[in-house]
Amino acid sequence: MKPYHISIDGQAVPYQPGQTIMEAATAAGIYIPHLCHNPEFKPHGSCKLCTVKVNGRSAAACTMPAGEGQEIQNNTPELNATRRAITRMLFVEGNHICPGCEKTGNCQLQAVGYYVGMLDTHYPHFFPTRRVDASHPDVMLDLDRCIVCELCVRASRDVDGKNVFGLAGRGLQTRLVVNSASGLLKDTDFSAGDKAAQVCPVGAILIKRKGYEVPIGERIFDHHTIGEVSLEHDQAVLGADHG
Amino acid sequence: MPLSDADLVHLRTIVARHGGEPTELLQILREVQAYLHHVPHEAMVFLYEVLQVPPAQIQGVVEFYSFLSTTPRGHYDLRVSDSITDQMLGSRALAADLCERLGVRLGETRADGAVSVDYTSCTGMCEQGPAGLVNGLALTRLDRARIGRIAELVEAGAPLEAWPEEFFAVADNVHKPGLLLENGFEPGAALAKLFERGRDATFAELEQSGLRGRGGAGFNTAWKWRFCYEGPDEDSFCPMDKRSEVQRFVICNADEGEPGTFKDRVLLNSHAHRVFEGMTVCAALVGAKRGFLYLRGEYLHLYQPLLAVLEERRRLGLLGQTIQGREGFDFDIKIHLGAGAYICGEESALIESLEGKRGNPRNRPPYPVTHGYLGQPTVVNNVETFLSAAMIALHGGAWFAAHGTEKSKGSKILSISGDCARPGIYEYPFGTTVAEILADCGASDPFGAQVGGPSGTFISDKEFGRKLAFEDLATGGSFIVFGQGRDPLEVARNFTHFFAHESCGFCTPCRVGTALLRNIHDKICAGHGTPYDLAELADLGKIIKGASHCGLGQTAANPILTTLERYPGLYEARLKETVFQPGFDLDGALEVSRRLTGRDDAHAHLEQANQ
Repeated sequence: MKPYHISIDGQAVPYQPGQTIMEAATAAGIYIPHLCHNPEFKPHGSCKLCTVKVNGRSAAACTMPAGEGQEIQNNTPELNATRRAITRMLFVEGNHICPGCEKTGNCQLQAVGYYVGMLDTHYPHFFPTRRVDASHPDVMLDLDRCIVCELCVRASRDVDGKNVFGLAGRGLQTRLVVNSASGLLKDTDFSAGDKAAQVCPVGAILIKRKGYEVPIGERIFDHHTIGEVSLEHDQAVLGADHG
Repeated sequence: MPLSDADLVHLRTIVARHGGEPTELLQILREVQAYLHHVPHEAMVFLYEVLQVPPAQIQGVVEFYSFLSTTPRGHYDLRVSDSITDQMLGSRALAADLCERLGVRLGETRADGAVSVDYTSCTGMCEQGPAGLVNGLALTRLDRARIGRIAELVEAGAPLEAWPEEFFAVADNVHKPGLLLENGFEPGAALAKLFERGRDATFAELEQSGLRGRGGAGFNTAWKWRFCYEGPDEDSFCPMDKRSEVQRFVICNADEGEPGTFKDRVLLNSHAHRVFEGMTVCAALVGAKRGFLYLRGEYLHLYQPLLAVLEERRRLGLLGQTIQGREGFDFDIKIHLGAGAYICGEESALIESLEGKRGNPRNRPPYPVTHGYLGQPTVVNNVETFLSAAMIALHGGAWFAAHGTEKSKGSKILSISGDCARPGIYEYPFGTTVAEILADCGASDPFGAQVGGPSGTFISDKEFGRKLAFEDLATGGSFIVFGQGRDPLEVARNFTHFFAHESCGFCTPCRVGTALLRNIHDKICAGHGTPYDLAELADLGKIIKGASHCGLGQTAANPILTTLERYPGLYEARLKETVFQPGFDLDGALEVSRRLTGRDDAHAHLEQANQ
């Protein structure tokens, strides 16, 4: 097969036609920060953390197809500053309580914060009033921490075949809603074993009675960067797809 | 509160009228809103059962569009346009007056449910404002007397049919017709010419005309239509007979939402035959059977007249089966109404909306021209583009290309409003200077003009020599004049609030960034800003521009960035004098440390606290 290549930060990276820039980068061991993207699901392109420059123009690496002649900038001071700003935006938009959150140390948003060198939230907080849905016997929804990445929406619809979640509202009011006549999670066929219950990158979907099973200090991102963890996971998924 | 049996019967009728199609969800919800004055939870549950659309999708759609609501609006739902031109004409004082007379707070519904008053984004009546809407119908030329009369009519419970007709009168105000508007048009003439010439020759004429899309982006129209005709790459592997089975669609984007734009309103009001004929020419060329006119909700007053034009065209054999006696040439057009969402002017968001969904712009590629409505090849063009195409099909490519500039052929229709003696519609060949336009519309000594609306370009009085053309000032048609005495910061503030209100919320930089921009700009306008905030605006603006998903976010910071660049002095004059405004006494906070260390020399104090 004829070898195809794109260039990422000056490095030649092979790709297969039909692959996105993110897929090609992942296969080559190059980490591009992302939150709404997970190779197990259809790319979404909403968090914009994976913004790269393709021949000088901004594009989301997770949705942009790789193509001949692409000169891509990824790890540059300007793009990293943009990613830091976007991460901060996600923090101030919700109510994040990292030190007390069950997900601390296992949270991808927090880990991305470490990765992009975020030391404070910088922007004024919006302090939104958001609802907790504790109606379900096994799962709790704390929307204070939701970053509207739609991973649970996609997982429930495309993998579980249950279509439990959706988005409502517009602009800053955009929020996760539950697909039942009452709007409550207990009135859906959602279960703790669902894919959708496992994919939340933050602490918005929490399994009940499992709190702090792994002590703080022994959690994933206490010992590894999100770059390492993400590449390992994403490469395994891509490998399974192509293998 | 459960729905009554009569309500349920009515809801069933609405759903049946729309064939029970999930793609009709937005149209159905508009009618439910009009009937029940909101879309209550019970109605969503009912629609979920009969349409088999998930409740979260129904709720998602209701909460996305400004003209739909989950809580009751008044039986008279009044909305005052909050566009900058309406504000300049005194709309905010009129809205306050209206609220006072009716005893209702802005944004709320009166306790008896009779009336609600709120602001709304630009209604496209900028040259005859202050404008508003009552139950979706346009109100023009509001003044104190009209506001008083409206309050009386509301209190008397007078049906809208009994309101004075002149309240709803919408004038065309065409002051300067040009290439397109001064030439007449017989319905069917362009189609007859098309069949006389043949498909390939007509494509060639269109190519020769150099027509570029009039929505603002300026993509070559002939190319777009050819891409649609050829279909997606995967189709090129299909046998020819299979390729002709692919459904194609023609969509006319009449979601003219850019503040300050109203020329499409005039074109649809007085030249609808040309627009529909342009769509039909397109259908003949690309092989489409179905077309849609996506009409913004604010132009509800045009809905019935446009249906009548479509009916007339069917009667004339210009729409429907076997058009102009051509066996196999079947094409018809349906009108879809929007429901108050500026983002639906973006072509892929418009398609989502047509499919009965929230108006989120899609990821591209693939582009709508190959993967559009229901995933099929789709042409989306603006009203003026289709009208131009009809005129080109009739008069030929050379006729059109003889006007304009090298890269911008033909003419451009402008909607001019703001501080000028003769606001209205003007048509110019591309290449015309801003100075000439300002002189024609009677703008005396303006300090600047916004060309292309909030997402376009602000030009100061030092730049009036610039030309209207894709090479210089591209525009969808909005042209707002600002006279001396207007405050550029207030203009930027209005636009910035507009973008924060209209952001769809899909991507982080636009969803959060536009709200941050709005808050920081408000802080400066309120006199609490510091130089730090100015730097923050510039920095944030650059990030939102560079990382946003679609044109809305990519242009949302322009009003602030362009005014910061041109009027830094005006911004600085609003700032507090301190270089940094601490939230607490920095030096005081060190007192404990000073006592503990026994130090009180100059280096143990912070200077900024004393500035």
